[in-house]
Order: sequence, then structure tokens, then C-alpha cells
Amino acid sequence: MTRGRAFPAALFVALVIVLAFLTLPIVAIFVRSSPGELVAALDDPGVLDALWLSLRTTLIALAIIVLVGTPAAYALATRSFRGKAIVTTLVELPLVLPPAVAGIGLLAALGPAGIVGGAIEDAGVRLALETAGVVVALTFVAAPFFIRGAQVAFASVDRTWLEASRTLGASEARTFLRVAIPAAAPGMLAGLALAWGRAVGEFGATLIFAGSFRGRTQTAPLAIYERLGTDFTAALALAAVLVVVSASLLLTAKLVGGSQVADVAR
Amino acid sequence: MSPSALRRAVLLAAAALVLPLALAACGSSGNGRDDLLVSGATSLKRAFTEYGERFSVANVQLSFAGSDELAAQIRSGAKPDVFAAANTKLPEQLFAEGLVEKPRVFAANKLVLAVLDNDTRTRAIEDLAEPNMTIAVGAPGVPIGAYTRKVLGRLPASTRRRILANVRSNEPDVGGITAKISEGAVRAGLLYATDVAASNGRLRAIELPPELQPDVAYGVAIVKGSKRRGAARDFVVGLLRGDGADALRAARFEPPPGS
Repeated sequence: MTRGRAFPAALFVALVIVLAFLTLPIVAIFVRSSPGELVAALDDPGVLDALWLSLRTTLIALAIIVLVGTPAAYALATRSFRGKAIVTTLVELPLVLPPAVAGIGLLAALGPAGIVGGAIEDAGVRLALETAGVVVALTFVAAPFFIRGAQVAFASVDRTWLEASRTLGASEARTFLRVAIPAAAPGMLAGLALAWGRAVGEFGATLIFAGSFRGRTQTAPLAIYERLGTDFTAALALAAVLVVVSASLLLTAKLVGGSQVADVAR
Repeated sequence: MSPSALRRAVLLAAAALVLPLALAACGSSGNGRDDLLVSGATSLKRAFTEYGERFSVANVQLSFAGSDELAAQIRSGAKPDVFAAANTKLPEQLFAEGLVEKPRVFAANKLVLAVLDNDTRTRAIEDLAEPNMTIAVGAPGVPIGAYTRKVLGRLPASTRRRILANVRSNEPDVGGITAKISEGAVRAGLLYATDVAASNGRLRAIELPPELQPDVAYGVAIVKGSKRRGAARDFVVGLLRGDGADALRAARFEPPPGS
């Protein structure tokens, strides 16, 4: 026996333990029930409603995140201003915030009794317990994933390209649209895929702020929770669908993002 | 890789993995008493928390969720020592499945219509059918949701339909319903009388007519295979007479029917 071999062996064993621990729950979802049972369980109108609602609300949230988040990320990547570090930290805060905190914060802010919720309500917009509230919750928790990804991607665009574009007479807006965005696209897409994955999985903030109502606010994770006590197979089937969706999104992020993904996921 | 090097590495990694788990699992809280794990329906939170503090035989560790959720946990192998549900159906089912010992009924409750204390417009369950009403109820699988559907089932079909059209959320436990009403996200909900009593005056209870009132009985059972069976038995006995019964009465639970 030699000392030199113990360390590599320990690394290897640790990796095996990590892999086994992290994949075991995923494997269990697929082997606990037969594939036939899982597919049959999907033939439940409530399950399909939940998947359809998840698809719609996450896509709307992503559209909002991209429209507002892209210029915001560009500003963070290209401007320096006093307090920028604080702004960046505040934008990233939802990444580490417990979802239950996000939910109760949204309720305290935008609920009917919230600090600005009353004004929103007077304007005729109701968010709490509505589909729009689901979109708000998803946007809140997922936005930082995209903004961070886009910011890193914009920051890594070669400055000389942007300067060349300006020198050739393009406005800054045109430079942003025609040069910066195409150059940063892979990193932005990777951030988008991660944001989508986070939005699909959102549970706590949605339950607290938007409640759980089939077809209106009950997204796939909430439908899993509701079925846990009554129909475990259906809950497993939904979980299996979400595993496939999430894995596809992660794979997409890795494929399109290339090396920029490592920065986004950091 | 030499066998002994591998063995050493495995031991090292196993120790690194097992040590924190062992620390987390042997949850003796420092005063030498055993931990007694009690999982209870969310509506029992106030009464059980108070009882748990007074219980001298063991350190009571409480876990609250919808009764159906807790039953599902027991079915999938999570083993508390005591399971207390907001109905008798779930403990009886687990008993039939051989997962818990014979359950006992230890308390009764009433369903009420709950609104904010300053809501003077809502007076009776028929008001839930008004067009601009918003309601939170329990999900069908959790006892509060099942009782609520029983109440609604005793109403005329047209009233029931209009009430169901006003439901904005099917919550996984009573805590969710209480919060939705308190925060003004909905105007009313069906809750247990004890939930309103625990809201410190924020909510107001409107009693249901006797012909709509379902029988709400709470069942408790010792989970089979409990390693602290003696303490679990003491805990259950105390719910029927003693500190537990006192805490239940203080939280406005009624004595079990026929006692």
C-alpha cells in the first residue's frame, strides 16, 4: 500500500457516493411504479390541467424575464455606477431566498392587504390566487437565473466589437440589438434554460401567493403535492414528467451555452 | 489502486458521510430524555404545542401537516411514534393496513364559516354563493376539505354550484386557509372552530346550522414499531384525560363524542 494512492481512491469513492446519493431519488421515481402505471396515471384531467398550466405560466414568465431582464443585464454588464455591487447582490438575492420567504413576501407586498397590493387592486388587477399571481411568483424566483446568465454573457462580449459598431455609426440601441445580443446569445439561452427549469419546479412561493386551484393556479409541483396523500402513483407520474422536462432543460443549457454555462451556474 | 488503500478510502468516506447523519439522527436534546415524535393535523398545532411543553415523560418533537400528508409519510415508511389526525378515517385505514395500533378518538371539533373579524357583510353560508365572494377551502384529500364537501353536499345543488364557482384555492391544510383569509386573498373559508379561536381575534366564526354540521372526530394511534412505546402510550392517555385533554379544551376542542 502506498500513500500516493489513497487520495485518488478517496476522490473516486466520494464521487461514487455523490452520484449514488443524487441519482437515487430520480431512479426511484421511475422504478417505484411500472411504466404502464405511470403513463395510465397521466390520463387524469387534473394532471393534464396542471402540466398545461405549468407550460403556459412558465412561458409567460420567461417572456417577461427576457423582455425586461435583457436590457437590465446589459446595463449591469456595460455600465459602472455607484452601488453597482449592491444592485447586483439585490438582483441575485432570489437565487438563495427560500421559496416560502418569496411567497410570503409577495403576499405582504402584492396581496390585497399588501403594501402596494391595495393600489394594484384599485387599478382592477388581482394577483393573489390568480393565474397572473403564479406568473408573478415564477418571474420573481426565476428572473435572477436569466439576468445573471445574460450579464455574464454580455460582459464576455469583446468590447472592440461594440466599439467598432459605434465607430461605424450605429446607435447604442442598434449595437445592443445587432451586435451584443447575437454575440451573447449562447449564454443568454443557457441562463434562460436554467430560469425555465427553476420556474417549472417552483412550489413554495406559488402555494403561498397563488394558492392551489385546478386549471387556474395549480401548477405541476402543486398537483404532485395534492396527490401525495390520495394518489401516489399519479404524483409519481407527474414527478417523472418533471424529471424529463428538467433534465432536458439542463441538457439544452449545457449544449447551447457551451463554456458560458459554467459561469451562469456558478 | 491497492485493496488496502481502497478500503481506507471507503472507510474515510463512509465516516464522513455517516457521522453527520448520526449526529442529526440521535436527537437527544441534551436533557437526557428520549425524543417522542408526534405527527399531528395542522389544526392540532396550538393544543399539541402546549401539551408537548408540559409532557414530562419525553421530549415531544412535533410535526404538523395535513392529515393525509402525514398518513402518506407513514405509508412510505416514515415512522413517527404517534399519529393524530383530524378524522378517524385515516388512522383506521392505517390500522387496517397494519401500520398503526388500534386508534382512539380523543377530541371533536366543529366546522365553521370563517371571515375577517371586521367583515360584517357575511352572515351565513348562503352568502358564499354571492357572485363577488371569494373562498378558500381544503383540498379534497385533506380532512378539512372532505368535511367541507360534506357540508356543501347538504346544500341545494344550485347553491352548491355557485359556492364552488367562488372557490379560489384548494389548500393542503388549515394553515393555508387561515393565511389566505387573514391576508385578504379570499373573503371567507371553511375552517374548524378551533382555528378561528387560535387566530387571536383576527378571524370571526359564523356557526353552521346544525343540519349542515358534519361529525368531526379526531383519531390518534401509536405507530407500529415505535421504539418509545411507553412514552407514546402516556402521550395518548394524556390526550384523553390529563394535560393533553386540558390543552385541547383550552384550544376549544370538544371532548370526544360519547365520553
